[in-house]
Amino acid sequence: MEHYNMNLTLKVWRQKNNQAAGSLETYQVKDISSEMSFLEMFDVLNDQLIVAGEDPIAFDHDCREGICGQCSMHINGRAHGPWANNTTCQLHMRAFKDGDTIVVEPWRSKAFPVIKDLIVDRSSFDRIIQSGGYISINTGNAVDANSLPIDKKNADDAFMAAACIGCGACVATCVNSSAMLFVSAKVSQLALLPQGQPERQSRVLNMVAQMDKENFGNCTNTYACEAECPKGISVSNIARMNREYLNAGLTTES
Amino acid sequence: MSFDSKIPAGEMNEKWNDYKGHVKLVNPSNKRKLEVIVVGTGLAGASAAASLGELGYKVKSFCFQDSPRRAHSIAAQGGINAAKNYQNDGDSVFRLFYDTVKGGDYRSREANVHRLAEVSNAIIDQCVAQGVPFAREYGGLLSNRSFGGTQVQRTFYAAGQTGQQLLLGAYSALERQIALGNVEMHARHEMLDIVMIDGKARGIIARNLVTGELERHFGHAVLLCSGGYGNVFYLSTLAMGSNVTAAWKAHKKGAFFGNPCFTQIHPTCIPVSGDYQSKLTLMSESLRNDGRIWVPKKKDDNRKAVDIPEEERDYYLERRYPAFGNLVPRDVASRAAKERCDDGYGVGTTKLAVYLDFEDAIKRYGKIEAGKTGSTNTSEEYLIKLGKDVVKEKYGNLFDMYEKITGENPYEMPMRIFPAVHYTMGGLWVDYELQTSVKGLYALGEANFSDHGANRLGASALMQGLADGYFVIPYTIGNYLADEIATKVIPTDHPAFVETEKAVSDRINTLMSIKGKQTVESFHKRLGKIMWNKCGMARNEKGLQEAIVEIQELKKEFWADLRIPGEISSMNPELDKAGRVADFIELGELMCKDALMRKESCGGHFREESQTEDGEAKRDDENFSFVAAWEYKGESEWELNKEPLNFEIVKPSQRSYK
Repeated sequence: MEHYNMNLTLKVWRQKNNQAAGSLETYQVKDISSEMSFLEMFDVLNDQLIVAGEDPIAFDHDCREGICGQCSMHINGRAHGPWANNTTCQLHMRAFKDGDTIVVEPWRSKAFPVIKDLIVDRSSFDRIIQSGGYISINTGNAVDANSLPIDKKNADDAFMAAACIGCGACVATCVNSSAMLFVSAKVSQLALLPQGQPERQSRVLNMVAQMDKENFGNCTNTYACEAECPKGISVSNIARMNREYLNAGLTTES
Repeated sequence: MSFDSKIPAGEMNEKWNDYKGHVKLVNPSNKRKLEVIVVGTGLAGASAAASLGELGYKVKSFCFQDSPRRAHSIAAQGGINAAKNYQNDGDSVFRLFYDTVKGGDYRSREANVHRLAEVSNAIIDQCVAQGVPFAREYGGLLSNRSFGGTQVQRTFYAAGQTGQQLLLGAYSALERQIALGNVEMHARHEMLDIVMIDGKARGIIARNLVTGELERHFGHAVLLCSGGYGNVFYLSTLAMGSNVTAAWKAHKKGAFFGNPCFTQIHPTCIPVSGDYQSKLTLMSESLRNDGRIWVPKKKDDNRKAVDIPEEERDYYLERRYPAFGNLVPRDVASRAAKERCDDGYGVGTTKLAVYLDFEDAIKRYGKIEAGKTGSTNTSEEYLIKLGKDVVKEKYGNLFDMYEKITGENPYEMPMRIFPAVHYTMGGLWVDYELQTSVKGLYALGEANFSDHGANRLGASALMQGLADGYFVIPYTIGNYLADEIATKVIPTDHPAFVETEKAVSDRINTLMSIKGKQTVESFHKRLGKIMWNKCGMARNEKGLQEAIVEIQELKKEFWADLRIPGEISSMNPELDKAGRVADFIELGELMCKDALMRKESCGGHFREESQTEDGEAKRDDENFSFVAAWEYKGESEWELNKEPLNFEIVKPSQRSYK
């Protein structure tokens, strides 16, 4: 792999706090190595800003290995940038070339209000989980793990759905700001497992109700969420959730 | 300060049962009146907060991330051990206990390790019941794999994302308790001090990282589940935010720090590529099942790996350790890589890397696959294609991750790897009940020192975090809180809260008012370099003494020339980092002191002065069979307390992997 250095123009969303108006500000960075990660390029820029006495750009990040789900940048109009199945922290600068202009914005959704610059508030996701994204079992109640054989296909599908990292790229990329992919991944995981059966119906009803309460939009089947999901969560989970929801709506007493 | 390990009397395999049978209980109506603070929401913190909430305690949970689901336990790849013996291969609680004590190079407490092995099975049951999607066989039952340092298959896993799935299980249990009103969650909050009243931990001062405000929170007890301190080295496999601050504040309030120098350096990580690097990425230990590690036999060989013929390659682990080969424990593999690179045999642009090569595995699997299908096509090209498919199925996500970071295709050319800081066995000293030397203050998971001795075995960190949170603390905390039922909630205008908050506020003001020239990051990088060079994979007296002086100088410079932009009363990540780096600098000094004091080599701690003729670690049981529990006495001053280690069951012997 040939390494190279590049000079870039960055247009970054700056917003002092939730109340303030924001705007895109332009910055130049020089001699960025193609081996750097995208966030390391931001580290360089922030270092530059601090030395110049300016306020560095606030952005969310933690593990920097694509699993914690905290990083969240909309890069050149795409959630997590140009690479498929990728998080911002795993994007590397060889995706860009010398002289490029890169536009970086926060997730855009009413349900994810901006806290500062590129940082948004995703606590709505936690509240959706609180509304039913669990199996009600207290510590110490469990039976022997192998007393509950699970069909490998269902187990594998549950695992694929459980791979969601809760980053919110699906919402950010959706024209309707829908959280259906996120919610359906959790609903699917638990609906596919025998442990999830007792609360199967109440779970989907409650989680969808909470999702609506949080101001997320509806799903119009554009599949953009699947295309931008760093973990490749399939839209077939949304179809499953719709079936679950319909079924629960028709059969539960209320 | 109490310094009694409180190990119950009796036979090793009866201690925990006996303890549970006699421990004090708190009745349900009293539990409702007792408040517990839990700092951190990783495996230990989330499982503890959820379990205590279920019991009926009033819990307040804190994390610095934007959601409890993001704690760094999420990044653990490989798996979680348990003594289920589902494979019928002779596993048992005793064997898991034995392997862990031996793997820790005889520097852990037997009774704690035995309890860990005892509760390991219940963890798997609990996780499955929560819907954790572990890997399964076609018959629908759970699958196991092997990990380093053991001869049985006891590791449960969920592809390369075991930590993620276990944490999401604990997180969902926690969210359920939040919904039920039993746990109050404070995300984007950082604990900045412990509040002490009448010699007991009674609360914390936390900073709201969004508004910058300081908050006072009362608790009848405080649990620190704040993880490890590997980021003292700047570069590590930890998350950027992982820090020692909570544990360090506790230390300065009287909690002893146990074995601070015990650091695990993981042998298979993606090497450093430049000065801008912010983090290192682990490649799971499972890769050593199939990958062969080598360097060129010739010094400064600049040829491409594929151009170096077989006879000019040095498979140094296979050469030095014929019995274990590429599967020697982590500490041994890391040191061997360092030795080759130090001698000038390293590869890549920085020469600080060795090859991890899958060529043989690809060919071997190709032949097996061709045999399975009865194919008559025996062309090498075809076999390699088949072999690559097998390797992809086993390690695909790791190979993809490698390619994303390096831009190189590991199916075509060997991976370049190098050791990196990964885990800290040291931590706050705790007794059998996980209570620190401060009354009412507990430490769980990686934040405590207790179970892994001087070297942790793979797939044991997840086990310990969940053991502490689900199955140990719910019992042991009752023994303390049973005597606290008469203690009313202390209002946070109590002078102790006021004074502690003022001290925290003063420190923040001091940091902000330095107004120097250098960034927090630059200080952190310099600290990391000192630690890595002089308190890293190999340590010696001279280097450690130099490091202590260098760190003290760095500390002076930090407090004289630090620049923090922005304001106190708003979101300010640079200020958050500054406080953490200030604590890391102090910890770094203590780690060097501890390493200097421990004149033996054991596990991950390698003192160059204490090695065998062929360069292996040499333990000194006569003089160093103890836990070093350091007591803070004032700036750069500590007193060493020794907790002797008695081995009733697993008799110490020199580890050999030849």
